Amino acid sequence: MAEMNGEDGVRRRDFINIAAVSAAGIGGAGVVLPLVSQMAPSADVLAESSTEVDVSAIEPGQAIKAIFRKQPLFVKRLTQAEIDEANSVDVSSLREAQTLAERTKEGNEDILVTMGVCTHLGCVPLGAAEGEVKGEYGGYFCPCHGSHYDTAGRIRKGPAPTNLEVPEYEFTSETVITVG
Amino acid sequence: MSFPWARQYEPTNGFMKFLDERLPLPRLVYNAVGAGYPVPRNLSYMWNFGVLAGFFLVAQIVTGVVLAMHYAANAEVAFGTVEHIMRDVNWGWLMRYAHANGASFFFIVVYIHIFRGFFYSSYKAPREMIWLLGVVIFLLMMATAFMGYVLPWGQMSFWGAKVITGLFGAIPLVGEPLQVWLLGGFAPDNAALNRFFSLHFLLPFVIAGVVILHIWALHIPGSSNPTGVEVKKESDTLPFHPYYTAKDGFGLGVILLFFAFMVFFLPNTLGHPDNYIEANPLATPAHIVPEWYFYPFYAILRAFTFDFILSAKLWGVLAMFAAILVWFFLPWLDRSPVRSGHYRPLFRKFFWFGLIPCMVVLFICGGAPAEEPFVMISQIATAYYFLHFLVILPIVSSIEKPEPLPYSITEAVLGEDEDATLGATAAAKA
Amino acid sequence: MIRIGGFLVGIGFTVVVLFSFIMGAYNFATEDKVGAPEYEFYKKPKDVAFAQDGAFGKWDLAQLQRGYQVYKEVCAACHGLQYVAFRDLAQLGYNEDEVKALAAEWINVPDIDPDTGEAIVRPGVPTDNFPSPYPNNVAAAAANNNAIPPDLSLMTKARGDGTAYVYSLLTGYGPIPEELTAKYPEFDTPDGLHFNEYFPNLNIAMAPPITTKDQVTYADGTEATISQMSQDVSAFLAWTAEPKMVERKQTGWVVMLFLLFATILAYFSKQQIWSAAKPKKTK
Repeated sequence: MAEMNGEDGVRRRDFINIAAVSAAGIGGAGVVLPLVSQMAPSADVLAESSTEVDVSAIEPGQAIKAIFRKQPLFVKRLTQAEIDEANSVDVSSLREAQTLAERTKEGNEDILVTMGVCTHLGCVPLGAAEGEVKGEYGGYFCPCHGSHYDTAGRIRKGPAPTNLEVPEYEFTSETVITVG
Repeated sequence: MSFPWARQYEPTNGFMKFLDERLPLPRLVYNAVGAGYPVPRNLSYMWNFGVLAGFFLVAQIVTGVVLAMHYAANAEVAFGTVEHIMRDVNWGWLMRYAHANGASFFFIVVYIHIFRGFFYSSYKAPREMIWLLGVVIFLLMMATAFMGYVLPWGQMSFWGAKVITGLFGAIPLVGEPLQVWLLGGFAPDNAALNRFFSLHFLLPFVIAGVVILHIWALHIPGSSNPTGVEVKKESDTLPFHPYYTAKDGFGLGVILLFFAFMVFFLPNTLGHPDNYIEANPLATPAHIVPEWYFYPFYAILRAFTFDFILSAKLWGVLAMFAAILVWFFLPWLDRSPVRSGHYRPLFRKFFWFGLIPCMVVLFICGGAPAEEPFVMISQIATAYYFLHFLVILPIVSSIEKPEPLPYSITEAVLGEDEDATLGATAAAKA
Repeated sequence: MIRIGGFLVGIGFTVVVLFSFIMGAYNFATEDKVGAPEYEFYKKPKDVAFAQDGAFGKWDLAQLQRGYQVYKEVCAACHGLQYVAFRDLAQLGYNEDEVKALAAEWINVPDIDPDTGEAIVRPGVPTDNFPSPYPNNVAAAAANNNAIPPDLSLMTKARGDGTAYVYSLLTGYGPIPEELTAKYPEFDTPDGLHFNEYFPNLNIAMAPPITTKDQVTYADGTEATISQMSQDVSAFLAWTAEPKMVERKQTGWVVMLFLLFATILAYFSKQQIWSAAKPKKTK
């Protein structure tokens, strides 16, 4: 090896070491990528993304629980009284301003589809099954921290920040909805 | 630690000083693999493999923990969860192939490390404890690898588990109850699969613990070197960092190239096709073999084919375990005052023309079907294996006349050492 | 002491293993060597090339689609594909709607009637895995003269040189060769089995599945010769065994090139660092 002299030589030497260490760093970062992404949902989990529910058998005032993405889904057929009650509320007074019409599909305003997941910390609210407490507003009641939802699944009292989530869904026939 | 000229750790800033006074981790690292560890300056690339083995241990733990996030140890679903990892988990195929081939590379690297130890007699005083801990690590690795191979619950997994636990059945009186106890049943099933998974997860951390002891013991006398002459003074050594970190970094790059080639282009070559068939207790594969790294020991196991006072099966089991246990006694079997094979002419011949061909032959026979001529060849090789360590080595080490050693490592590297005014080398040169 | 003990143990093992050797050698020399037709007439898989072979290989998607058709129309009557999901077919170049339509063609996906809880079958949806042709192994054995048709998901990985093996097996049926009969007159193919020299014990339970030209009518107009159909379905099964194979090789090139670059840098860095410790030879 020829003697390297002057600043030029010093710089070149440093460059090689810095480049080698940088390459090791890039390689390490490249290994982290698959190690992190392996924890994200796998292909089969991502594929399980739609659920079909037949709503024809639900009587007014009744609700059924289905499963959407491994979480509870409430499908409720509202009575006329519940619809009237939901429509009589002053929307601007709500924590999250939404009308019943905005939360249901046109022509099927009596079918309320919501996630059965309290928006506070994720417990399953009561009120979907026969005989369960429906809370002060006649909809759903989350027993974990006392969130009260009204007949349209809107938050009225308690710590939950938003209304029960309405997932994306559509009527694929008169009586069947497809969620997701 | 041991050499008076070893550099001392100097904290470079206030935080490091604070840490050093309370929890001297940086100092520990500095003294273990930093500039504070003086290493013989003449180490060849054969001395890279300790660090590489450490690398593969870490790599196996990392990929293994990842796989355990997606695997389920239940005989009903285990095979399916492995396929789930291969097909649906993000990068799951990479994790699994890296883990499966990583085991092979861990063994390749460790075998080279062990045979380097054989050639340079690295087990000799004052390094006996390093060697003993190393053999313990190797035994733990074998147990871990065996149990890991059972987890995919393929045909080889199942029959491997059955055959290896069956070895314990050869022990007189307690054998059969012992085998049933090991399996938690009369054949490998959920109980065995679950305990193997649990232990397969645990043992690598035990290995890591013994590795720390292995390195600790290494730092008492310091590394051995190709001349086998002990370090005498500062000019015999170089600080580990940057010299050997740079050298190990290059070595790591080279081995990773081979590793990546296997993982990405030949990922199943070192495995066995039968393990892609789900375990079936009713059908034995035509040809049961363990993973390649067990071939030599498997050959010794199968070499005993006729009863001789004890049953052939028991002889095979005893011999297989003895084949590794003899390594524990090496420091006391080899009594030569000289370490390095470079200066031991007779020892060297037996190493290159005895032990190495013997291991190669055992390797080939272990992977071959149990039929002639492989059985007869493996019997000769097995006989040599035991003769080599237990008869030849002790005799050779006491009768051979070693070649003259260099005065010091400095002399070996630089061609001369001004301190070497007297001594064997000076006389030999004349 | 250790050396005396070691010496005795070493001699002991040597004596015992050499006893085995002598006994084995004696038997080997005196026993008649019994040949076996399975060793002598079993053939290694044929040499057949596939688009996905080699370090640069890529799937031939048109071939995989044809292979899927052969699987569906020929193999699926007896063989499952339990680790493959219909959604995976998107990788063969089908779009979402096509995958849905393909899945729905499989009308025997087992499920439970949501109202009555009874076991039913229904058409497949993309998230389903391929249905198995038999409800369980007992049924499979009963319907096939006790030979359970193996699941094909991993077949090409579960045999040595698997893709070529599948192809060779499918095209390897034929009469028992005369040399075999001449050498082993007692060798025969029992009723219900079929002679195939690419199958390890020469007699296979599977009847020749692909027997006539145009057994499958390819949508893309490819001529459906026996060899073509066999090759297509072998390629398809290579894909079902390892759908990530091409992705794996492509990732491999990136990793190898990066490692090569990094290793070269590491080499020069090491040389540079060691130049400070280079011995000044005085000779």
